[in-house]
Amino acid sequence: MNEFIYLTFDGLSRGAVYAAFALALVLIWRAARIVNFAQGAMAVAAVYVAYSVTNATGSYWLGFVAAIVTGLVLGVTVERVVMRFVDHSSPLNGVVVALGLVLVIQGVLGIFYGNEFLPVAAPFSRDAFELGGVAVLSRYDLFVFVAVGAVVAALTLLFTRTPVGLRMRAAAFAPDVSRLLGVSVGGMLTLGWALAAAVGSLAGMLVVPTELGLHPTAMDVVFISAFTAAVVGGLDSPIGAVVGGLIVGLLLSYVSGYVEPTVAPMAVLLLLVVVLLGKPGGLFSSSKARVA
Amino acid sequence: MSSALLEVEGLTAGYGAAPVLHDVNLTVQPGEIVAVLGANGAGKTTLLRTLSGLVRSTGGKVVFDGVDLRGTRVEQMVRRGIGHVPEGRGVVTELTVDENLRLGGLWRKDRAEAKKALDEVYELFPPLAQRRTFAGHQLSGGERQMLALGRALVGRPRLLLLDEPSLGLAPKVTGQIMALLRDLRERTGLAVLLVEQNVRSALSIADEGVVLALGRVVVRNKAATLRDDADLRHAYLGF
Amino acid sequence: MTDIKQKQKSGAPVPDLAAPVSARRRRIPAILVIVAGAALVLALTYMLPPFRNYQLATVGAYLCVTAGLTVLTGLNGQLSLGHGALMATGAYTLALAQNKWLNLPFSFLLAIVVTTAVGAVIGLAAARLRGPYLAGLTLAVAIVVPSVTSTFDETFNSDQGLSVVLDPPPGTIPMERWQAWLCWAGALVTVLALVLLVRGRFGRDMRAVRDDETAAKLAGINVARTQVLAFVVSAACAGLAGALFAFLAQSVSPGAFPLTLSLFLVMAIVIGGLGSLFGALWGALLLVILPTLSQSLAEEAGSHRLEGNLALVVFGVVLVVVMLAAPGGLASIRFTRLFRRNR
Repeated sequence: MNEFIYLTFDGLSRGAVYAAFALALVLIWRAARIVNFAQGAMAVAAVYVAYSVTNATGSYWLGFVAAIVTGLVLGVTVERVVMRFVDHSSPLNGVVVALGLVLVIQGVLGIFYGNEFLPVAAPFSRDAFELGGVAVLSRYDLFVFVAVGAVVAALTLLFTRTPVGLRMRAAAFAPDVSRLLGVSVGGMLTLGWALAAAVGSLAGMLVVPTELGLHPTAMDVVFISAFTAAVVGGLDSPIGAVVGGLIVGLLLSYVSGYVEPTVAPMAVLLLLVVVLLGKPGGLFSSSKARVA
Repeated sequence: MSSALLEVEGLTAGYGAAPVLHDVNLTVQPGEIVAVLGANGAGKTTLLRTLSGLVRSTGGKVVFDGVDLRGTRVEQMVRRGIGHVPEGRGVVTELTVDENLRLGGLWRKDRAEAKKALDEVYELFPPLAQRRTFAGHQLSGGERQMLALGRALVGRPRLLLLDEPSLGLAPKVTGQIMALLRDLRERTGLAVLLVEQNVRSALSIADEGVVLALGRVVVRNKAATLRDDADLRHAYLGF
Repeated sequence: MTDIKQKQKSGAPVPDLAAPVSARRRRIPAILVIVAGAALVLALTYMLPPFRNYQLATVGAYLCVTAGLTVLTGLNGQLSLGHGALMATGAYTLALAQNKWLNLPFSFLLAIVVTTAVGAVIGLAAARLRGPYLAGLTLAVAIVVPSVTSTFDETFNSDQGLSVVLDPPPGTIPMERWQAWLCWAGALVTVLALVLLVRGRFGRDMRAVRDDETAAKLAGINVARTQVLAFVVSAACAGLAGALFAFLAQSVSPGAFPLTLSLFLVMAIVIGGLGSLFGALWGALLLVILPTLSQSLAEEAGSHRLEGNLALVVFGVVLVVVMLAAPGGLASIRFTRLFRRNR
């Protein structure tokens, strides 16, 4: 029972990170109908920048800010320089271009930082404190919950309560009509990429201290978990992404705890297959097979 | 110099290599309602899309209120005073009625002004006021047309490009919308370029009629003349 | 269907497999091209130094998988990022079988059979998915499957991998020449089989499915079966390629089949020109030449960080540039736009 409680909190903490990362995927999917397969690589790049800044200044928080800013800049760059010019007549084109970006980013990071795992310290203790004799949460887990919660709340407010959010939604749903109403659709698309990449960078900052360390491919497995989370939630739904993230986090935690940590990635793959074949529109949809 | 609100001279446009519009000329005076008539595929929708910049013109001139519109981006048209209600209405079905309407005024820097325009539209269309929180896809066809029209009016345009407002609507609703246009013109001096399949109701409110055939203007005349000239009606308008 | 046939007849030289084989080369039997290729390779193996022979062998091994992927992606429109994992399956099967029975032909056969079976499982799932969903699933396969080796580390020996026991080459043939022969034998047989396959009804069905699924369905084509079959065929090719890599390296480890391998394969077929088997050959050549070039550049610069990573950057940049400039790949720039229209 104690183990179950511990694993549940651990899973929720992991899941929060996947939720943030899945949210980044959903943001771009909604805005541009592209699954950004370069999201993981972009996030790793941001974390490397944070690593450099933190090493130079000694401040985790300066590094944290640097990572978010890097995410914003990368998002804008990728959309303006590359993705804007992709021929969208086939969904494969965007995927292949994103994969090309993965190679470029991972290669550049390897050249600058090398391919060894770099240790990244967490800003707070990762030792779980106990509640009634049961190990529950660490300070770091709390930090993760607060950070992801703040992002979810901020995005919700942005999209439902602000003119910019309204413009972004309209531009995504009906680009031509939005232009006729004076909305700069291209600008909204760039903003969407920037926001998504920043959220992805945050997820990267949160997840790297809990993994083996920093490496150009550090986010590959995380990407799969987040993609699964986004698919579970239905790719179109921000709420779905959050719920999907928590589900994937719990699954990983329970499988690691009760079966074997090395089996956990396979459990995620299995979940992805089951959802794609069983409910391809996500658990919360009533729609039929996904074709785009 | 004439005081025309919109002057189109020798406009040519199309998709890809094949031009859809050839040498189109027409003028719209302030407060005038001009009906654009013609068969399917005559280029009526393309004309409106070219005027608002969604289709790039390949030749000719479009002058709005003394300003050449060449090179003006689509996003700027609403700021110039041109409202375009596209074919199929363009209600964003995922957004609520209120969001759709607010979208029409977002380009304004003056928030108070936008709010005022929004309130006026709600006054003009009481059914929309009752359905503020409904999603676009929950509305009936007539309500969607009101929403699309209202959304364009929130921008307080001086020229409204209106593409087939009667499509799929009951005759009674069509009549209401035509009456509303006439009323708006009288009260606010709104000029309308009205594309319609429903020739009768279009000519009933229009001052002037332009008949397009295969992308060319074949007839330009007073609406009353078009209504009364049986030969013209038979030749081009099919009634 | 008739209209697709007509397109090919009227549409002059078409680079998509419809083409190299249909329009201009139809009169030259594929078998002649293959025999000529075999003669060329044979001659090369006597002229080249051992290291070059080894590289030649690598090109042959890559050609197996790029040819199979070309059929899957270029002709059937399915994008797989999981073929690196399928190659790993073939490689490990060969290693295990070889170490147990030491019978090379049997080990190759087993590698192909096992990979085909795995491919069938993935293909069954893949047939129901499109676009980014299929890409995501196969990406997951590419990333997750190598981790199997640490789960069952008694069999697969975890990150260390396995070494492959081989009999010495027959007679006095040098090892590298022997490797080049076997790899190219595999590659040429693969290409011949694929050419025959895609020239027939199966190829026609695949193109029809790629161009318009609904139309294909209405024409009486079993869309799902065609897609599963395409996946299975390309998986068999990947299995053979993987087995050849194990045979070449005389060892297997998860590190030899990273995600980047799968991405390289995608790059190779895109740059080669999606849908052209000659493109697959260009792709396979690039996969050997580009890393070699960047390796020597890196050595000249004296930076060990450039090693490997420079190749990644070059591959990535080339891939992005090609996709933006010509979504049909380089071959489409040279020949025709047919493929672009189809996408």
